[in-house]
This record gives sequence, C-alpha cells and structure tokens, in this order.
Amino acid sequence: MNGILIMAGMTFREAARRKIIWMALAASALLLAIFGVALRIQMDEFRSRAMSPFLRFQIESGMLMVGLYIVDLLAVVMTILTSIDTLAGEISSGTIHAIATKPVARWQILIGKFTGFLVMSSVYVVLTFCGTVAVSDWLVGVTPQHVVRGALLIILECAVALSLTFLLGTWFSTLTNGVLVLALQGFAFLGGWLEQVSGFAQSQKIVTLGIVSSLIMPGESLWRRAAYEMQTPLAGSLSFSPFANVSIPSGVAVCYALVFFAVMLSIAIYHFHARDL
Amino acid sequence: MLLSLVKPTGGDAYVLGAPANDVEVRRHIGFLPEDFRFYDWLTAAELIHFHGRLSGMSANSLRQRVPEVLELVGLAPHINRRVRGFSKGMLQRLGLAQALVHEPKLIFLDEPTSGLDPMGRRMVRDILRMQRERGATVFLNSHLLSEIEVTCNRVVFIKDGEVVAEQDLSADASEQVRAVVNARNVSERTLDGLAQWSTAIAYENDRLMFTARSRHVLPDVLRHLVACGADVYEFTAKRPSLEELFVKIMGEDPGL
Repeated sequence: MNGILIMAGMTFREAARRKIIWMALAASALLLAIFGVALRIQMDEFRSRAMSPFLRFQIESGMLMVGLYIVDLLAVVMTILTSIDTLAGEISSGTIHAIATKPVARWQILIGKFTGFLVMSSVYVVLTFCGTVAVSDWLVGVTPQHVVRGALLIILECAVALSLTFLLGTWFSTLTNGVLVLALQGFAFLGGWLEQVSGFAQSQKIVTLGIVSSLIMPGESLWRRAAYEMQTPLAGSLSFSPFANVSIPSGVAVCYALVFFAVMLSIAIYHFHARDL
Repeated sequence: MLLSLVKPTGGDAYVLGAPANDVEVRRHIGFLPEDFRFYDWLTAAELIHFHGRLSGMSANSLRQRVPEVLELVGLAPHINRRVRGFSKGMLQRLGLAQALVHEPKLIFLDEPTSGLDPMGRRMVRDILRMQRERGATVFLNSHLLSEIEVTCNRVVFIKDGEVVAEQDLSADASEQVRAVVNARNVSERTLDGLAQWSTAIAYENDRLMFTARSRHVLPDVLRHLVACGADVYEFTAKRPSLEELFVKIMGEDPGL
C-alpha cells in the first residue's frame, strides 16, 4: 500500500514540477473564457431577435452540451498524452530498473502510477466540468441535470483510456503506444458518431457497426450516455442537435465499459509483472 | 535475475536465503544499474528521499540519512540542485547514493566507476571499502579490470552466462610470481641454477624472465644471481595481472 502511495505521490509531483497541471488548467481557463464569450454573444443575438424562450432554451442547452463535449474530449486527450510515456518511457530508458528492484511489487508500481493519473484526470474533469456549468448558469441560467452522473461517466471514459495506455505501455514504445491509443480513441469516436448519425437515418446496419466499434473501444458511448443523462428530455429530443437522444447507450454499455476497464488494467498488471525489464 | 528484472527460464535462485523474486528481501539489497536513469525534474535530495522511501525507510529517518549519503558521495554542495543539470560523473555518484541510502546488506553495482574521473574512482573505492567494513557484501560488475584488481578480494569470470573461472585475489604468498630482471653477465650455469626455484626461464638482451614458484623464493633467486657474478640493475616481481588472466581464460577477442 505504501508503494502505491509513494508512486501516486511522485506522479502528482511530476505533473506539478513539469508544469503539466498548470498548463492544462491554463488551457481550460482559456477554453472557459471563449465559451463564456460565445454564450454572451449568443445571448445578445437572441435579445436583438426577440426569440421565443422555448427555442432560446433549446439552443442554450445545445451550447452547454457543446461546452461539456469539449471538456470530455480535452479530458480524454490530456489523460492519454500525459500518461503515454509513464511506463513505456521508463521501461525503454531504464529508469524503471532502479525502481523495480526496490521492495515494492510491480503491481504496486503500476497501480500507484495509475491512481496518480486517474486522480489528476478526475480533478481536471471536475474543475473544467464545474467551470463550464458555472459559466452557463451565470450567463444564461442553463444547467444540466444529473451533473454528478455525467461527470462520473466522463471520468470513467478517462479511466478506460488510461487503462489502455497502461496496457499498451507495458508492450510498446511511447510513440507506438501513443499512435495505437489515439487510433483506438478515433475508432471509438467514429463508432459513436456512426451510431448517432445512423440513428437519424434509421439505418440498422450502421447502428450495428457503431455498436461493434463501441465494443472494441467503449469510450465514446460513455460520453453519449453522459449527454443523455445531462440533457432534459425536451432538449435531448431535438432532432437537429448532434447530442439528440437518437441512439442511447444502455446501462449494459456502461457496465461493459467498466468490465473493459477492469480487464485492460488486469492484463496490464499481469504483463508488467511477467515481462523482463 | 537475482533482482528479478529478468525472469529465469528455469531453475531457482536464492538471495540472502530468500527466493530471488521475494519482494521483501530487497529491503536489504542495493542496486546501481549500469546506465542509471532517474526523474531529472527532482533535486538530488528529493531523488534520494524517493528511493529511500521505496526501500522502506521512514520519512523521519530519511531527513537525517539523505544529507549523510549525499555527503558520502561528494554531492553535499548540490543537495538542492535539480538533477537535470548534473554531469555524468555526478549522476553516477547519485546512483551510488540511491543504492546505499538504506544501508543494504548486499549491494550490486554495475560499472560504478564509468563516467568518473580519477578522484571519483578513488572515492568509489573508498566507499566500497567502507561498505565492506560495515559487513556488506558488494557484487561489482565491471570491465575495468584494474579497478576490480584493487577493489575486490574475489573475482569470477562469466562467459556466455556461465561462470568459467574464479580467482581469489587476496591469496598471494603461495601463488606463482612472474619476475623480470634487468641484468648483465648472466651465464648459462647461472640460468641452470635458477631452475631449482623457477620455470619458464628466458634470457635475451640483458633481460631475464622467469616464473618463481612463490614470492618467498625471490630473495634466494636474487642472492643466487649476485653470487654467480651477474650485475643486477632491476628486479621486478609481479603477479599475472587480471587482464592477462582475463585474456587467458576468455580467449583473444575474435574481432566482432
């Protein structure tokens, strides 16, 4: 247990010392500022056009979902980019030699690092998520429903991506790991949007293709579930919105993502334990 | 393999009485990898503190131990400096500090003097002597045979993963000694007389070489030469160097 805490603590310290945390937060602050300005301009536009409150609410809800989707994308990409080198890099450079020969089991090294990154990603999601919701509430008075459920689903999406970077990091070099994880993330993105678009088009074949993609990499389906949870039924029913409730991943999809995460992490631990360093 | 970095393909290995893959036994083991890499965004003190914590030391005991061990390896003036700016020699000293911070019973050092200047090499030798004096066993892996010669009391030669020879460097008096004598007027009769103490006798261009059966007979040899009328200018006795032994045991480099 001690080894896990030491490794997790070192992960935080690395992120802080190498300015990763501060740069990520600065980028998010900039994002929030742009989001706020966009909302403000939109609001002025609505006033000048005397738009009906119903349509106005729908558009503002849609804009909030766009903001939260950017939070989701940024959180996942930052989780991948910050963690991609942690195992692969230390194995290839030999940094791991002086660490793995200490009285700390290899699984503790891996779980310690994993915990550090997951906590950092979670803090990042909570801060940017709350920031986006606060800006929307302050400027246009629109807030999502089931905020906690939505944030937890985004954190689970980060955990899924993280488990994959750790798993591939025990096998491949940093660069190969990055290429593979980002390609799989792109695959999930494509699958999720295929399902969404085909939902509009009522094409069962494309829906099936999207589901298969989500089974291979379930990240994006978690976002779509989060979008469903956070939107009011009225806002979700808008057919022109990219986040409309046309193809909603079920609770089984969420459970599948949890199992996927657990299996990826378990294989990562097993392979890191079994391989030569 | 003894540190579980590489898995054995078969068989068992024990370290300090415990299986080599036992995590707990590593509390008593220190290790300096050949190419020591580190978190270069830490300061020297933070890095040693981190390795000390991983080795099972408490934060309290490390408060005193970290400056101590950095002083030992000559890095005290750089204790709060980021490792990123360290030279190769300083990093080697830092690697040694992390291997010694928890005062292990068994220490594995892989090429500990590579990258060090002569002063640094002497410092490593002194540190290793101190470790030996406090009762630790040091495994020194090196290709610098002159370093091993002055540091170790026992050496094994490994070829293709197998121990092919073992030599006790502390045993000296009874071993054969090669002697080189710079002398004139050495007659055939004098050379014949040398055979009672030595073998492989050769005399050419005022240079006499022979292998004495032990260091104890050398004074008799010198007396014999003088008594027979030889003019002796220089008399040097030397044990075969580790390098000669290495070449003899491992064979000449086939040229890769």
